[in-house]
Amino acid sequence: MRVREWMDREAAPRSTFAFLDDGAKKDVRRALLKAVAIPGYQVPYGSREMPLARGWGTGGIQITLSLLKPDDIVKVIDQGCDGSVNAVNIKKFYERTAGVEITTDTALATLVQTRHRIPEEPLTDRQILVLQVPYPEALREVEPSEAQTRRMHAEADYARMWLHLYEDIVRFGEIRISYRYPCTVNGRHVMDPSPIPRWDVPKLHMADALFLFGAGRERRIYAIPPHTRVEPLEFEDHRFRVEDFSGKSCARCGATDTFLDEILMPDGSQTHYCSDSGHCDKRRAGWKPC
Amino acid sequence: MEALLRAHGITRRYGPGCALCLDSTGADAGTNRCPTCGSVWACRDVSLELRAEEALGIVGESGSGKSTLVKLLHFDDPATSGYLELARLRQLEGIGGIYADGCDWSRDLFSMDRYRQRRVRDASMGIVYQHPHLGLRMGVSSGGNVAERLLSAGWRSIGAMRQRASHLLERTEIPLSRMDEPPRNFSGGMQQRVQIAKALSGDPPILLLDEVSTGLDLSVQARVLDMIRTLREELRLSMVVVSHDLGVIHLLCQRTMVMKNGQVVESGLTDQILQDPQHGYTQLLVASQLQ
Repeated sequence: MRVREWMDREAAPRSTFAFLDDGAKKDVRRALLKAVAIPGYQVPYGSREMPLARGWGTGGIQITLSLLKPDDIVKVIDQGCDGSVNAVNIKKFYERTAGVEITTDTALATLVQTRHRIPEEPLTDRQILVLQVPYPEALREVEPSEAQTRRMHAEADYARMWLHLYEDIVRFGEIRISYRYPCTVNGRHVMDPSPIPRWDVPKLHMADALFLFGAGRERRIYAIPPHTRVEPLEFEDHRFRVEDFSGKSCARCGATDTFLDEILMPDGSQTHYCSDSGHCDKRRAGWKPC
Repeated sequence: MEALLRAHGITRRYGPGCALCLDSTGADAGTNRCPTCGSVWACRDVSLELRAEEALGIVGESGSGKSTLVKLLHFDDPATSGYLELARLRQLEGIGGIYADGCDWSRDLFSMDRYRQRRVRDASMGIVYQHPHLGLRMGVSSGGNVAERLLSAGWRSIGAMRQRASHLLERTEIPLSRMDEPPRNFSGGMQQRVQIAKALSGDPPILLLDEVSTGLDLSVQARVLDMIRTLREELRLSMVVVSHDLGVIHLLCQRTMVMKNGQVVESGLTDQILQDPQHGYTQLLVASQLQ
């Protein structure tokens, strides 16, 4: 109960709206403005202490807290699911510190915070998607030194990343990256789209909504403004492909056009459910099995 | 023959530098380290001109600044002062801001941003280092090593890159069956040949060779040098050849510069330098050659 008491005290009228003090919000907003001005560029910022450990979504939380207005409607998902422990706790945190309305319906939300998925329903120009990012550096896979990766970004020196993909194709006939697929943003910066599956990568391209990426532990913020080119790295004779779910459908709602999670049943057989639970629930309400 | 590359007053200093540096370092002083401030003048006021389809040799003992000079020419290391220009090359036309309108020579490449320098380097130069691990990624396949330069130059077709890589590896006598093996599995001579293939991948007019045959046994040395000579003829390359071995210089180069303690002490036709050395250090170098 001690955490609860602490939360209650923090949420008492003397604390500021949406937990963060004004200085912190200003810092995050300035980083956001710069990030939007240079799509795909990682802007350093002073990541604040949060009432949960770094690496548990603190980057996304700080962005959301800096953007929240009292009339916002917030949706929080964790790998597509509205009901996971982390998502529920973050929602409670927003409810308590900012008094905002919470929803599971993507269409109703003004701000969606997510970990590792982008909702199936297309986002509109009135919505902001905040993504939690564990590793903001797309080049980390090929270059361990931060000084080097910064130099590589500055000089648009991405041959090493391309070589990494080339080697995969030569050795395995396929690029092995299943999530965190590197993308070129606005024809300039190679960016880590956070651990979303390949399925979600095309949704970033020329989207109506604003995408904001926050890495609390690594202290970086970056963004994709609306209507920005986001191109996954691909070769002329080896195109980018998304996951193949042909022949499979969601066992709950029957969807064949969504990203499916594979579930192992107690008898060892496989079944599939939509990863986006809000979308699945919505479809299920109006879906009749034939 | 037309000049292809010219450099003037190239200097590379490691350290703060002081008023006494210039008098207390250099070939006459017998050191390149300033006793007062401890600065090292790796390369001091070196000017050179490389002509089309010519091989220019740079000889000198270790520590004389030969390798530093090549690194500066390849933009691996920033020059402290001096300028570098390239003649108007077809390969560089696509890069904006390199040439002023109507000029036969590029702007000073040392004062350009690193992004442009890298593009100029990818389009116009290839380099072969003494140690293969400097020029190659030992964990990446040999074909991938060759492809890296192509990727850097904007190639985006796997098929075309593999075709180019296999063509070059064939030219440098690497069996195609080993194209997808990493160079760490190869012998020193083979690694050096993969490096040459990588250096040639972008079809550069200029090839920089830094002690390319040092550390290889004599028969392998001969094969590598023979191959370089053939490639130079066929691809009409201009080369800067750095070596401490006068035999290599004699075999490959028409003109030679002799360096000592960061400075050029003598330059001229290779035959002339070998048969009639003027500077005391060159005389020592020629006299100490094994017969």
